[in-house]
Amino acid sequence: MISINKRQKTVVISTITTVILLAILVIGLLISNDRIVTNLDSRNLPPSLSHPFGTDWLGRDMLIRTLKGMSMSIGVGLIAAASSVMIAVSLGIMAATLGRVVDGIISWLVDLFLSVPHLVMLILISFVLGGGMKGVVIGLALTHWPSLTRVIRAEVMQLQCAEYVQTSRRLGKSQWFIAVKHTLPHLVPQFLVGLFLLFPHAILHEAAITFLGMGLSPHQPAIGIILSESMRYLSTGMWWLALFPGLCLLLVVRAFDLLGEVLRSFVDPYRANE
Amino acid sequence: MQLEAIDIGFGYKKNSWIFRHVHMSVSRGEIVGLVGPSGAGKTTLGKILSGYEKPSEGLVRLNGSPLPSKGYHPVQLVFQHPEKAVNPKWRMKEILHEGWNPDDELLERLGIEKDWLRRWPNELSGGELQRFCVARALGPSTQFLIADEMTTMLDSITQAQIWQVVLDMAQKRNMGILVISHEAHLLNRICSRIIDISQV
Ligand SMILES: Nc1ncnc2c1ncn2[C@@H]1O[C@H](COP(=O)(O)OP(=O)(O)OP(=O)(O)O)[C@@H](O)[C@H]1O
Ligand SMILES: [Mg+2]
Repeated sequence: MISINKRQKTVVISTITTVILLAILVIGLLISNDRIVTNLDSRNLPPSLSHPFGTDWLGRDMLIRTLKGMSMSIGVGLIAAASSVMIAVSLGIMAATLGRVVDGIISWLVDLFLSVPHLVMLILISFVLGGGMKGVVIGLALTHWPSLTRVIRAEVMQLQCAEYVQTSRRLGKSQWFIAVKHTLPHLVPQFLVGLFLLFPHAILHEAAITFLGMGLSPHQPAIGIILSESMRYLSTGMWWLALFPGLCLLLVVRAFDLLGEVLRSFVDPYRANE
Repeated sequence: MQLEAIDIGFGYKKNSWIFRHVHMSVSRGEIVGLVGPSGAGKTTLGKILSGYEKPSEGLVRLNGSPLPSKGYHPVQLVFQHPEKAVNPKWRMKEILHEGWNPDDELLERLGIEKDWLRRWPNELSGGELQRFCVARALGPSTQFLIADEMTTMLDSITQAQIWQVVLDMAQKRNMGILVISHEAHLLNRICSRIIDISQV
């Protein structure tokens, strides 16, 4: 009884959060850039019914800017998290199956990447690649794989010892067949959970380095840009410029976090087929 | 034409031997029993003979040459616990056909129902699963079969049914079988000789 309720709750929570996130993404994509026009008549307006998030020093509507920025961040975060997960899955499988030398090299890389703070590494990579969208996405993808790689390596190692995997080898099946048919399907939960747990990291780091001026270019309507610009106006009492976009960022990040946690408890390998 | 263990020793850890100086052999067409107290290393020896473990010392020879490390292994092992020997995320049909495609006659004689092929492993009983593992191990290139407590969990009628099929096949294909079991009456009935692991 309890487990049924838990499952239903899980489904409800994940549906609601997914709908919200998709809505933000789609609305952001649908709003054309023309809507973010400068309108000098309505500068610096505090939140009101016609401008729920207020307007900025150029009279642009903050709600529209925030939606646009969030959808951009979700896009960047998804691409980056997906790439990171791919890297982690490939390296994890390689470390576990290709022998001691490969394992040693990959473990060393993991330790190396884990010993440097994400943000520093991210700034370095993004800087080397010349910043901008490309720099940020590649930087994010290259910095977020190590801990998931460890999890996947351990999982694959355990799987390699499973009797049915060993039997598969005695039945003449290749390493490649085993990786694709036996190993990968078992990693789908890790894959999904990893994706959803990496996403909030990616999105926050993207906002952070953009905020620091080393990420996306100021012409792009990114949430980090909005926040860093708003900081300059904060002292003049325009609190709404940073508050609402900041809250939205937190909300989206929290939503993904929740989705990741929910998925993790949902994907129970022993019940996958019931 | 035989499977030989020559002066085999094995330990899961260094300097802790489970057994040493084991000599034994099974010829093609021969049915040999392997007995010994629990924990004596019968399963371990079976894994070594079928290439699942490498012996710490000594060597295994098949028809005079070392066991192959690639391709279909001519010595197949059927495990004691079928639940662990099948991928829980595969349907029974895929599991059955992983090594070869057993014909309908064999499936019928083993008592495998058509309807089971569409199920997941957790939807079958241990005894039903074991029939799939037996069928899977009986590929055309199997020269020797190691049956580790293969029918322990089955009732005596099913047990007899399955052994009948396996013995027929062994005779037809001139296959050798090593039967690991604690059941004296089974061993006495089907084996031409019985080896005690603690005396070799
Ligand atoms: N993977 C392993 N790692 C370490 N020790 C092991 C492992 N597998 C088995 N052993 C040990 O090796 C010894 C022999 O085990 P084995 O399974 O071969 O015994 P057995 O003769 O088949 O016993 P039984 O009749 O109960 O099946 C046991 O003492 C067991 O604890
Ligand atoms: Mg045993």
